[in-house]
Amino acid sequence: MTEPSRKPDTVKIRIRDLRKAFGPKVVLDGVNVDVAPAESLVVIGGSGTGKSVLLKHIIGLLRPDSGTVEVDGTAVEKLGNREITEFRRKFGMAFQEGALFDSMTIWQNVAFPLQRLTKMSHGEINDRVEECLEMVRLEGVSDKLPSQLSGGMRRRVGFARAVAHQPEILLFDEPTTGLDPITTALIDEVILDLSDRLKTTSITITHDMESAFRIGDRIAMLNRGKIIAEAPPEEFKRLDDPRVQQFIHGRAEGPLSEDAPARGPRDSRDETAGSKVGESGIPNRP
Amino acid sequence: MKLPGAVERFFEQMGRFVEIVGRVFAWTPRPPYDWRELFRQMVKVGVNSMPVVLLTAMFTGMVLALQTFSVLSRFNAESFVGSLVALSMVRELSAVLSGLIVAGRAGSAMGAELGTMRVTEQIDALEVMATDPVHYLVVPRVWASTLMLPLLVALGNGVGIFGGYLVAVVLMGSNPVSYINRTFQFMTSYDLFSGLIKAAAFGFLLAVIGCQQGFHTTGGAEGVGRSTTSAVVVASIAILISDFFLTRLLF
Repeated sequence: MTEPSRKPDTVKIRIRDLRKAFGPKVVLDGVNVDVAPAESLVVIGGSGTGKSVLLKHIIGLLRPDSGTVEVDGTAVEKLGNREITEFRRKFGMAFQEGALFDSMTIWQNVAFPLQRLTKMSHGEINDRVEECLEMVRLEGVSDKLPSQLSGGMRRRVGFARAVAHQPEILLFDEPTTGLDPITTALIDEVILDLSDRLKTTSITITHDMESAFRIGDRIAMLNRGKIIAEAPPEEFKRLDDPRVQQFIHGRAEGPLSEDAPARGPRDSRDETAGSKVGESGIPNRP
Repeated sequence: MKLPGAVERFFEQMGRFVEIVGRVFAWTPRPPYDWRELFRQMVKVGVNSMPVVLLTAMFTGMVLALQTFSVLSRFNAESFVGSLVALSMVRELSAVLSGLIVAGRAGSAMGAELGTMRVTEQIDALEVMATDPVHYLVVPRVWASTLMLPLLVALGNGVGIFGGYLVAVVLMGSNPVSYINRTFQFMTSYDLFSGLIKAAAFGFLLAVIGCQQGFHTTGGAEGVGRSTTSAVVVASIAILISDFFLTRLLF
């Protein structure tokens, strides 16, 4: 884990100048980031800074206003309806609230990607489902419906469903928010193990700094629609950007709190608006 | 100022409607065919709506007999009550009323179900797992509804005619044999056919509209409520308006 798994010339996911607005609200304002094969990138940032929107662009659930997302050299936004269905086979994604199908049992939920995306027999599927549920410490819930589980359990089932078909790329939208520390550590371990053993590339969104430092090969911070800082964990802790420091230490006072209420449809669109705190703290992208 | 917004919304809705119809047709012939889901939806739309549809048909037939009896007796034409009840039910009322009721029952459920799936990201999850949500969710609902509505209407026809018979014969003292003769005397298979075609069209409309409203839900629980309401309202309006044009077409 400690060895840097990045090589400058191999890129699994390349995001260039990605912009997206919903009506007057600009959510992504020129995001640039690369992810290397088998790398684990953690994206942090305050609520409503467009982290989920970023993930949804990578898997093609949202189309950018401008800019490009390339996965293995394929521009996602150029794929047609049918091609994108094929393209998504390489992904597994865990959603914020689990997004389990509530008309299906837990077993059916976890088996769903296996039935849809692989040619496994019923027996193999059954084994794999049990294995995945065990991995997140959920035994004996196979026949329950999602509504019969707690929020944390649903989230873990969502996680199991995302990793079930052993995809090349995993996207996690706050996989550990609201889980107890032990389960959080467990999920972190699973993520680490996947990238270690199966060379899975992963992008994880989280608020939990402890888990970010644990699982990230690299940490990127999203603020006001831009990546404002990006570094390996140890380096990231030492960045002197006051926004990064405020976020890491969870302080209520600081440049991030000043930013927030000033967000109107008109201000802050121009490049200079973000430079109140100075651009000096932003490390150069490799 | 208000009109352009409304006009814009109208065209937006029309565009979404056309888009989803296009996708339904494009996906229908493609495997995998989910017969289980189709069957499940047929039960939901058809079997579960049967009691309320039949009850409506029954009382509509009964009211129709009372009303036409009162009107026709003014020029001594009571003997034609049977014809009028049967033709009105078969050509028109059974289809429209069943359509409206199923829109309120199953169409709203589709709006609510798909709307909830949208706001809880279940539809996104489907897409992520390489499953087209229109193929998986909308196609079975639309065809189940299109198939089941004519069946409901056919049953409704029978029950409505029976309701008319009860009122005319038992309450008003008509001759049972001549009432039954009159019922079928002027009816052609085309009357029956046009009613069933309408029913299929209404079934298609209400399911597409219900699904489309759910599909484009935004804004959490409140949004689901809005989608559910507009699934019923838009589908009902669509049924009533298209009824005129279908009647004109199948005259």
